Amino acid sequence: MKCVLVFILVAATTLGDVARARGMKNHGEVREFHPGAIRSALWALARNKWVILSTSAMAVSFFSFIRLVSIAPLSFAVPVSAATLIPETILARLFLRERVDWRRWAGAALIAMGVVLISR
Amino acid sequence: MPATSETTDQARLRAKTRLFTAIVVVSNVAGNSALTHGMKQLGDIGNSPLALIGALFHPWVALGVALLILWTLTHMALLSWADLSYVLPVTAIGYVLTALSGEYLLGETVTMEHWVGILLITAGVTLVGLTAPATATEHIPL
Repeated sequence: MKCVLVFILVAATTLGDVARARGMKNHGEVREFHPGAIRSALWALARNKWVILSTSAMAVSFFSFIRLVSIAPLSFAVPVSAATLIPETILARLFLRERVDWRRWAGAALIAMGVVLISR
Repeated sequence: MPATSETTDQARLRAKTRLFTAIVVVSNVAGNSALTHGMKQLGDIGNSPLALIGALFHPWVALGVALLILWTLTHMALLSWADLSYVLPVTAIGYVLTALSGEYLLGETVTMEHWVGILLITAGVTLVGLTAPATATEHIPL
């Protein structure tokens, strides 16, 4: 049960983040934050296929996370959620075409190691 | 002068990125804590969708969900201009806040191992924070 939840959580969060970044880049920079602008941005985003895919994946991720914390300690659930860091950085480079320089790779690696240490 | 306007634009983007990163981190840490607190009070609720939806009406779970909605909206706005490979490591400072607040609230002493972990995460976040938030200038056609 726990292993299945962990797999679903990591896969759904990775898909959710990458699809969200892609959809939001297609939408373009959000520049205005008055209620009317937010309403029209939300309306446009509700029809953006990458945002729809992302939101569905995030819903799966959310329910698997609350299931996981109800059966496992937080000290287990937290490092699991950090396991998305490396695959997402790889996908950001390959799929989102971001310029991931050595500082970003090194930063992601340091953080992944740090999360393992603080959750023990 | 294009050079000056570009610098102004970069400074504007950096300030906006800092503000949104702060909201994303705080709403996520507070949201997850409220959610976890609520789920622990409910205990093992089983796998039925009805039980999961029922859990949303627990006050702590509901507060957690409200904060996570704020997280979702600000995270989406942040990703509309900043790289995922920037946002993801930088928001990882939330792990440090979670660890410190948990240990502070429970009155536990922070172990040596935890301090090293906190140091590594802070170093990683600082390193990534030094990079420009937006590099994906290539437009990817759909």
